[in-house]
Amino acid sequence: MGDDMFRVLITEKPIKVDQCIHHVVRPEAGAVATFIGIAREFTNDKRTLFLQYDAYIPMAEKQLARISEEILAEWPEANVSIAHRIGRLEISDVAVAIAVSTPHRDAAFKACRYAIERIKEIVPIWKKEHWEDGSKWLGNQQETISYEEVLEDD
Amino acid sequence: MIEVLLFAQLQEEVGSSRVTFQSDQISVAELKRKFAERYNIEHLLEEAMVAINEEYAEDLTIISSGDTVAFIPPVSGG
Repeated sequence: MGDDMFRVLITEKPIKVDQCIHHVVRPEAGAVATFIGIAREFTNDKRTLFLQYDAYIPMAEKQLARISEEILAEWPEANVSIAHRIGRLEISDVAVAIAVSTPHRDAAFKACRYAIERIKEIVPIWKKEHWEDGSKWLGNQQETISYEEVLEDD
Repeated sequence: MIEVLLFAQLQEEVGSSRVTFQSDQISVAELKRKFAERYNIEHLLEEAMVAINEEYAEDLTIISSGDTVAFIPPVSGG
């Protein structure tokens, strides 16, 4: 879903990062910032075999559209493309791709960062880690040590 | 009749992705309490958000027959 200024997608198919970028390239843009989240094998000493993502698809797409609209409210000259994959992901598969274009680089970096942080707050998507000795749905990423979470506690 | 959608660990605990709940009107908090008791998932529902018709809702919001409710455990996308 989306309009001229943004495009969002939840998909079971591999994400095409170049298409994500292509959606935001236009003559007015002087910068494209991208964020690509990929499936990580090791979290501290724990080895992940593969990941499984579930989503409340229609609501997740609405929330991605909401994030895009928040970006457009803050950076009116931005264009945004966000794709999130669901289903089974192997190690190093792309889970999420974000591309933001703006006339100048500062806004592109900031808006791209904003998008991924908001995805982790409000978009109904869940990740299940599968290890050699079991599996678990992650809530609030508690299996990872995230410096952002520490900063938020201050 | 209210349709309730379940995801991730909640779905596994309840053993279903979708449960029909018979009620004309009920608050979000009360529906949470009923599900917590029936399926013994109080620990999971305590930290879950609730959406009504794909929009986040507050505890005091009233759910009406025909609405689709989703229990949203802490999200972990990205």
